[in-house]
Amino acid sequence: MTYIKPRFRHPELPKNKIGYAKADYEGAISTLCAGCGHDSISGAIVQACYELSIEPHRLAKLSGIGCSSKTPTYFLSNSHGFNTVHGRMPSIATGAYLANRELIYLGVSGDGDSASIGMGQFVHAVRRNVNMVYIVMNNGCYGLTKGQHSATADLGAQSKTGSVNPFPSIDLVGLALELGATFVGRSFSGDKTQLVPLIKAAMSHPGFALLDVISPCVTFNNQSKSTKSYDYVRAHLEATATIDFVPHKEEIRVDYHPGHSASVELHDGSVIQLHKLAPHWDPTDRNSAVTRLQESKIKGEILTGLLYIDPESQGLHDLEQTVPQALNTLQEEDLNPGAKLLDEINESFR
Amino acid sequence: MEQLNAVNDFVVRFANVNGTGSASANNMFAKAIFRMGIPMSPKNIFPSNIQGLPTWYEVRISEKGYLGRREGIDLMVCVNPQSMAEDVASVKPGGYFLYDNTKKLHPQFIREDIHYIGIPMTDMVMHQYSDPRQRQLFKNVVYVGALSALLDIEFEVLAGIIRDQFKKKEKLIAPNIKALELGLHFIHKHYDYPLDIRLERRDSVKDSILIDGNTACALGAIYGGATVAAWYPITPSTSVVSAFGKYVSKLRIDPETGKRKFAIVQAEDELAAMGVVIGATWNGARSFTATSGPGVSLMSEFLGLAYFAEIPAVLINVQRGGPSTGMPTRTQQPDILSSAYASHGDTKHILLFPSTPAECFELTASAFDLADRFQTPILVMSDLDLGMNEHMSPPLAWDDSRRYDRGKVLSAEELEKLERFGRYLDVDGDGICYRTIPGTHPTKGSYFTRGTSKDEYAKYTENGDAYVRNVDRLARKWETAKQAVPPPELYQSENRNAYGIIFFGTTTYAALEAMDLLREKGVELDAMRIRSFPFNETVLQFIEQHEKVFVIEQNRDAQMRSLLVNELEVAPKQLIPILNYDGKPIPADTIEQQIAKTFNSETRKDDLHKAQVPAS
Repeated sequence: MTYIKPRFRHPELPKNKIGYAKADYEGAISTLCAGCGHDSISGAIVQACYELSIEPHRLAKLSGIGCSSKTPTYFLSNSHGFNTVHGRMPSIATGAYLANRELIYLGVSGDGDSASIGMGQFVHAVRRNVNMVYIVMNNGCYGLTKGQHSATADLGAQSKTGSVNPFPSIDLVGLALELGATFVGRSFSGDKTQLVPLIKAAMSHPGFALLDVISPCVTFNNQSKSTKSYDYVRAHLEATATIDFVPHKEEIRVDYHPGHSASVELHDGSVIQLHKLAPHWDPTDRNSAVTRLQESKIKGEILTGLLYIDPESQGLHDLEQTVPQALNTLQEEDLNPGAKLLDEINESFR
Repeated sequence: MEQLNAVNDFVVRFANVNGTGSASANNMFAKAIFRMGIPMSPKNIFPSNIQGLPTWYEVRISEKGYLGRREGIDLMVCVNPQSMAEDVASVKPGGYFLYDNTKKLHPQFIREDIHYIGIPMTDMVMHQYSDPRQRQLFKNVVYVGALSALLDIEFEVLAGIIRDQFKKKEKLIAPNIKALELGLHFIHKHYDYPLDIRLERRDSVKDSILIDGNTACALGAIYGGATVAAWYPITPSTSVVSAFGKYVSKLRIDPETGKRKFAIVQAEDELAAMGVVIGATWNGARSFTATSGPGVSLMSEFLGLAYFAEIPAVLINVQRGGPSTGMPTRTQQPDILSSAYASHGDTKHILLFPSTPAECFELTASAFDLADRFQTPILVMSDLDLGMNEHMSPPLAWDDSRRYDRGKVLSAEELEKLERFGRYLDVDGDGICYRTIPGTHPTKGSYFTRGTSKDEYAKYTENGDAYVRNVDRLARKWETAKQAVPPPELYQSENRNAYGIIFFGTTTYAALEAMDLLREKGVELDAMRIRSFPFNETVLQFIEQHEKVFVIEQNRDAQMRSLLVNELEVAPKQLIPILNYDGKPIPADTIEQQIAKTFNSETRKDDLHKAQVPAS
């Protein structure tokens, strides 16, 4: 294999609305294991950003520590990135978002990073509705340290070394729903058709958008008794609906059979089209999402797709009532009250 | 009985029950003295408790302007039966014990060598007020009224303070003044007044203000341009962010829309608070946190990241007694080493040591410039005494011609001209590299920020040479910082004496007074106040120019001394620790006695040594 990514581009590669080719959204060559689910997710991110015509430098990618958190190197080379410390990406993303509300924030984390060491920060980022996409590349194990069970490993799942997980798993999707998350989705790294529109919808959502993406670890967690292996996940997938994301001002072309489709309009005018709806489920009703999730858990299914969306979501800046311009663009005149006012303040302390 | 005979030079201590509203009455007492132009210094000695435990408020009045603590109570105002035994015992012979004699004083509290002033405060307020809460509050005002007669506090000054305080609740003015009068008239009727300790108006406070260090730090952060504050509540730093919140809600609101030009995040813990700060500064805003020792321990992980990834940050460390949870409501300077070297690996941080509220303001504002200039965390090392007590301070000062120093940040135009951007490339040779803010340029200037080792172009590497180049450059940056941080303050125009003393932060008040006390005894010392770490050349010179140097600090292990020995490679024996770590602000007499003792034994040793050297 080659370790150098060619920078040669065919001049007639298709371009998106702002004149960027898909290659402009790519990153360095991945150093993850061949066949790693995470690389497919990176590919879906590239595709989503290309299709949404995002200017790469207007997106900031952030991650914690672990295999998943290495991936931001492998997409969007022209975006600023921040590989933070283990489990602490949510707080860094919160600060970054507060400093500049105008960028798109894409957080990438793993199951160890989010469901164990970073659980506290994950929970509070959800609660504050930080305007960001939060992708958990969920493989149920610690890859970089050779395959220990993580907190999302299912009860009874067996690791490559044969140890059986005696603890119930933490379901980040269920947890996020309980916490009041405003956008909750789950997908599978092997299902780009579902994942790309989900990422696009998440990027357009004004608030915290969680995407829990089951992403098999080919090296440590792809054996027959794992519940996060390619085979197991494929055999147990159950989708709520297939999804189309229609950005603002684009014509909605597909016509769905009545009773089998629904659409959710977002604040910016874009629309999420859902078809082949799961029974007893309404994407804007939190209770129905919780119920549907519990039902599939009992049946042993992995429920994927958009599970819940609050179309009225308000991000942290709106909750904090900050000025519309980015705080990092405020100048000294805006920030410094000046010597005369300080004299008045001094006087109040006499 | 001993006579005290003191004008404008005595200590009054109030013994109250926490949560009974005594603070505002006691503050009124202190402020009245301040408004009479007499230097004074109030200290709160309070428990980690909401209601019920003993709390003390101590006011030292000093015409000479000594603002440190002084041992020995001249007048004790005791309204707390819980602590009465201790309170009676703490009064100086010839001193006064003012108490509520609604109940008769138990004979065990009677001393022959002090005066007792009984005032039936509970009885008086029972008759005057019907609301139980008012009774409790006004009882405190009654003793202030009594003190105005006993100590010659100008009544009009007290009334003026009440009028200012209740500007927006006018109907409370009259009953408060009534309570003052109750106390005043009671003394007029039953006791000789004034006492032989009393006040006389002076013009010694000039343009000083009376303010706590935490409020001054908060104002420093506002003037320094901070837009994002992130914190987790912890005594004694909490009031930094509450004061920030109070002032930004007046000073940083868009007049047309009512929208905020700031964001305050009360984080889930100190780790997250520091993370928010780093995220915001990485993204080009100015941001800070305020915490205390336990918080610094939790923030250490992120401090290491900010040091190694080179991200500006400002942390105000209002120190309290450690280790662990320690003494949460008592003062110390115990985080010198843990702040200087916070986090694993070869990590060091710039520290600033304010000693007055005016300096809290100035150094906090400057911390944002230093953080941007050096792309690293700056820790402002305050403490509980400085942060939570009011201090007489020079006014806060800002020069409108001053501009923020945002350091080496590349604009889109500058990036456009650049062939290749290297985030960790030392272009200027000073160890400080150029940084970019996310979103600046479509194709240039983006890089991957990380806490892992990297090369000059921010690319991950485990190559030993690249690693060494990077950490050696960080050391070079540290050398550059030595020239930029605030220099020490020297208290002599030239060093004349064989012995010197070093102090910093709140130890300053007591140290300067101790120097005067020692001078009276014929011991002359040169002095230096450290204002920052890394130590610059002057610090080393001062130590080298003296045979022995006393290092005064408020912790057990002489941490500043360790830092000096470690960083400057001076002989440990040259630095003699003078320590106070009982949680109360260090008093001048403690310093004076310890120095005098050591000084005597050291000079004896020297004499002995000289005697043993045969004459040539």
